Amino acid sequence: MTIDMSQFYQVFFEETAEHLASMESLLLGLDVDAPNLDDLNAIFRAAHSIKGGSGTFGFNDMIESTHILETLLDRLRKEELKPTAEMIDVFLQAGDALKSQLDGHQNGAAVDQEKVTTVCEKLKSLAENKEIAPQLTTDAAPVTHQEPPVKSPESDDGYGFFMDIEDIKKQNEPDPGYGFFNTDSTEYTAKNISQAHGSENTNNSQASPSNVKDIKSGNRSAAAAPNPDAASIRVSTEKVDQLINLVGELVITQAMLSQTASQVDPVVYEKLLNGMTQLERNTRDLQDSVMSIRMMPISFVFSRFPRLVRDLASKLGKQVELKTIGEGTELDKGLIEKISDPLTHLVRNSLDHGIESPEKRTASGKDTKGTITLSAAHQGGNIVITIADDGAGLSRDRILTKAREKGLAVNDDMPDQDVWKLIFAPGFSTADIVTDVSGRGVGMDVVKRNIEGMGGRVEISSVQGQGTTMTIRLPLTLAILDGMSISVGKEIFIIPLTYIIESMQPRKENINTISGQGKVVHVRGEYLPLIALHEVFNLKPDVMEHHHGILVILESDRKKIALFVDELVGQHQVVIKSLESNYRKVPGTAGATIMGDGKVAMIIDVVSLVSMSHQQAA
Amino acid sequence: MAKTILAVDDSTSIRQMVAFTLKGAGYEVIEAADGQEGLDKAKLKTVNLVLTDQNMPKMDGLTLVKTLRGLPQYKTVPMLMLTTESSDAMKAQGKAAGATGWLVKPFDPNKLLEVVAKIIS
Amino acid sequence: MTVAQMIQDSHHTDNSSGIDEFLTFTLGKEEYGIDILKVQEIRGYDSVTTIANSPKFIKGVINLRGIIVPIVDMRIKFNLGNIEYNEFTVVIILNIAKRVVGMVVDGVSDVITLTATQIKPAPEFGSAFDTEYLTGLGTIDERMLILVDIEKLMTSGDMELIENAAA
Repeated sequence: MTIDMSQFYQVFFEETAEHLASMESLLLGLDVDAPNLDDLNAIFRAAHSIKGGSGTFGFNDMIESTHILETLLDRLRKEELKPTAEMIDVFLQAGDALKSQLDGHQNGAAVDQEKVTTVCEKLKSLAENKEIAPQLTTDAAPVTHQEPPVKSPESDDGYGFFMDIEDIKKQNEPDPGYGFFNTDSTEYTAKNISQAHGSENTNNSQASPSNVKDIKSGNRSAAAAPNPDAASIRVSTEKVDQLINLVGELVITQAMLSQTASQVDPVVYEKLLNGMTQLERNTRDLQDSVMSIRMMPISFVFSRFPRLVRDLASKLGKQVELKTIGEGTELDKGLIEKISDPLTHLVRNSLDHGIESPEKRTASGKDTKGTITLSAAHQGGNIVITIADDGAGLSRDRILTKAREKGLAVNDDMPDQDVWKLIFAPGFSTADIVTDVSGRGVGMDVVKRNIEGMGGRVEISSVQGQGTTMTIRLPLTLAILDGMSISVGKEIFIIPLTYIIESMQPRKENINTISGQGKVVHVRGEYLPLIALHEVFNLKPDVMEHHHGILVILESDRKKIALFVDELVGQHQVVIKSLESNYRKVPGTAGATIMGDGKVAMIIDVVSLVSMSHQQAA
Repeated sequence: MAKTILAVDDSTSIRQMVAFTLKGAGYEVIEAADGQEGLDKAKLKTVNLVLTDQNMPKMDGLTLVKTLRGLPQYKTVPMLMLTTESSDAMKAQGKAAGATGWLVKPFDPNKLLEVVAKIIS
Repeated sequence: MTVAQMIQDSHHTDNSSGIDEFLTFTLGKEEYGIDILKVQEIRGYDSVTTIANSPKFIKGVINLRGIIVPIVDMRIKFNLGNIEYNEFTVVIILNIAKRVVGMVVDGVSDVITLTATQIKPAPEFGSAFDTEYLTGLGTIDERMLILVDIEKLMTSGDMELIENAAA
């Protein structure tokens, strides 16, 4: 019987990646002076499992590196050696080396063989370093048994039995319907320890190792092979998205039915209406559970930071502790992928610009060790992620000076909140020296744009000398949007809630005309450009007088506008639909959705609307 | 009736490989990801053979074998340790715990079938 | 048998025999035929959601069972017929270039079968459509049928339905 081992590769790759990740996080959390034995055991087990799998599936290069790693870890967990900071460093490097070897097998990436060899050498020398533990030798296996070691006669076939094979079989025969309880507990360990007889096998009991080429070609089929694990099934995201779309349709259909049903006589159609209520509940539950398929815990992103912070802190000569809260908070897979880079940038930024050097911290009476706290939590339909540091805080003066240099419109009386927002301006950086850490050419403006691109927003609060907190608010999914529906004439439009600051009925005297530049409205000390949606979209409005309609104050990219509409209709969660799949991009709209009555409504592209209006004004 | 084998290993890939191999040869396979789960499942249904890894979270293989041997229904059921170590010390420990035999990892699927067949054919 | 049923049937039959089936519709005084395999369904005209700043002949978009489908009024595009929207107004839903598009015409008449010999090349004359989009002329019961390559027409820059379409 031949078994195609390649069908298990994908599972092996995934499980090894998990082992490496957990090994890394355990290593990072390990207290060198008082190591937790459970953690050491878990680290050992991770290395051990990787070795076992590599051997079974024929990834021989990985067996070698894990074997040395495992040997050293084994001595640590048996407390024959004391862990040192140096060891942890080498272990982390070994983890990296394994990662690259794994990547080599999985994706055909080039493996830095030299690096692997260096790490193996380091591990070996650590394991052999008699000065660290002079009293111990490698063969110090725990001797808890009284019996003499079992001799395995002749050549080792890679297996054996502690008793005669015929005895085993006899014992294993079907229950004849009666029997005696034998109190002699050693009976099954046999009298006669023998090598299994008639072994036709040769000495090649090792799994026949496939060469790398085979592995690569096998890898493709592995991805397509059905996963025999009963506890979970692997499904393509495409299928899940299709399911989400269908449920979206169901929600719309249900809303349409509800609307129709609300017009019937509730006395006559009591049963129908009860059914409708039930349908609504079921639909909502179904939508929730379907959406949850795409949800992943944010720990997928957070887990990369302990290592990043550790490496960066040592590079910058800073002492930093990273705390994470709410790693289990779930959000859409698509968002997980997209939030990773902006978040990394913000964490780097906190470490580089926020946390002070140990000397500075001591001088200002702080603990030499700074703290960065990453947290995630659900708030309504949003996920809120914060990056808080107890560093120097933002310097109002420096930001304002810099802003003036850049020619930005600022004044000394600006509220803090507005000053902080200046750092999101393109090309803005407050560090005196651009380091290779934060100054990677990607500015905070890009971070902000990326977050807004996900339908989210970012806010800053900062207290000089006490630290800075960045708060990111994101919708839970990309497919659904919290929106305000507004009307102009007969048309309904959706404005994404994230951009809305407030809405109001303006007073006539607050609206002024600036010759050649259109209208402005005076709102809380600011003059905002007044844009009439009916003019932008060429519609016939029901309301012509501004003070009879509604102004929706929108903000994007630190610019505000007042959008004039007929009236506010309501707040909804809407399913975002692409216009481009059957038509083309429509300027001023960010897609469309289907309303409860089955009609299509356009979603307003606030970002382009705001920037358009400011370009016109400029 | 097909013989039932309990396969205990914390490594999903190896466990799947073992299960796949055995199922392909007509055995029923119950999978467990650690000693504790193995023990729980072994209690639910008395199996014809236990294959267990040694190093696992929650409960290791030796403890599993020892615990199972203490149960009347597992007094005579063969139990095989799948181990990466084949040192004499390891074998002595296995024997003391009540294991029937050992099989060194890594092994190839045919080797596994061969050994299993020797025990419960 | 209704036109809709015929469309459905035609989608099940093998079309490799060199015999083509056409859905015929009228625009003004002319009768046109399009490959029935491009037709998804025929429906009445529902109210549409207008698209800001789009050409007049693009009436807007509708919700077709959860898909957002643009609606083109051919009568406006080609200055034909009476532009009215009532319960008799017909929309042909087309499946072209992996997209779904609806077009408003004066009326749908029939599904007809033409053999290759019944199709004559289209002369260089002025039908409402540019000759470029015509595949030939067919004759049925003394009536002339203008055969249109609807996919080519709808994906052309002229119709302004697709981004970056060649104008």
